[in-house]
Amino acid sequence: MEHVRRRDTMTVRLTGELDHCSAQSVRRELDGLIADPGIKKLVLDMGGMSFMDSSGIGVILGRYRELHGRGGALYVKNMNSQVEKIFLLSGMDQIIQII
Amino acid sequence: MQVVNHMKLEFLSVPENEGFARVAVSAFAVQLDPTLDVLADIKTAVSEAVTNAIVHGYGPALGTVAVEAALRSDGVLQISVSDQGRGIPDIAQAMQPFFTTQPEKERSGMGFSVMQTFMDRVSVESVLGEGTTVRMEKRLREG
Ligand SMILES: Nc1ncnc2c1ncn2[C@@H]1O[C@H](COP(=O)(O)OP(=O)(O)O)[C@@H](O)[C@H]1O
Ligand SMILES: [Mg+2]
Repeated sequence: MEHVRRRDTMTVRLTGELDHCSAQSVRRELDGLIADPGIKKLVLDMGGMSFMDSSGIGVILGRYRELHGRGGALYVKNMNSQVEKIFLLSGMDQIIQII
Repeated sequence: MQVVNHMKLEFLSVPENEGFARVAVSAFAVQLDPTLDVLADIKTAVSEAVTNAIVHGYGPALGTVAVEAALRSDGVLQISVSDQGRGIPDIAQAMQPFFTTQPEKERSGMGFSVMQTFMDRVSVESVLGEGTTVRMEKRLREG
């Protein structure tokens, strides 16, 4: 996963498809990238993502909880219209900022 | 209403087939020349129903998932996704937004809500111990 850390912020570029099949490896990789408790903000760049279903909601909300628990936050950017529809439907925009 | 085309797929309930099933149904739907947004809706809804058959219907055991699609002369695509897994004890409860029996696996409970939002019609038939069939419809063009 392409990623860049700047101080307390980790930005990760997600690519391909996020479904139940890929969820476990995406989850594992993201958790590795935010393992350092010094990371307070996770920015998910969805620009390279071609597909997401409700399994992706679970992955994003799980990481949100982790960051929120350490006083941090999660942000998403560059969603395509299909991903954004899922995002809005689940009310994630209430707790996760689109930047 | 006349059926002008029909297909049926059967596959093992392994997660790798989630992508296979949604792409196959989308490729079938393409013959009516739907917009990319409509195709994305269909792919997403199929992915939800097939994932449910795999993780809830059979998981952690394996079984056969059947996906059928039919094009009607009125421009409506009908899809059904069936498993012969454990069945759903309370369908109304299962379809509630955020209801999931697997919160520990970070499932969101939004699968049925996605199907209902992305398709024109969704109905569920289920018998405990015998399995579940989800039927969905989406209009691809004016009939
Ligand atoms: N094919 C199925 N067989 C058995 N139970 C199912 C099936 N599909 C859905 N369910 C039940 O309905 C619940 C809600 O499904 P869904 O809205 O897709 O959420 P999720 O998959 O995130 O749990 C599931 O947690 C499960 O208990
Ligand atoms: Mg589901």
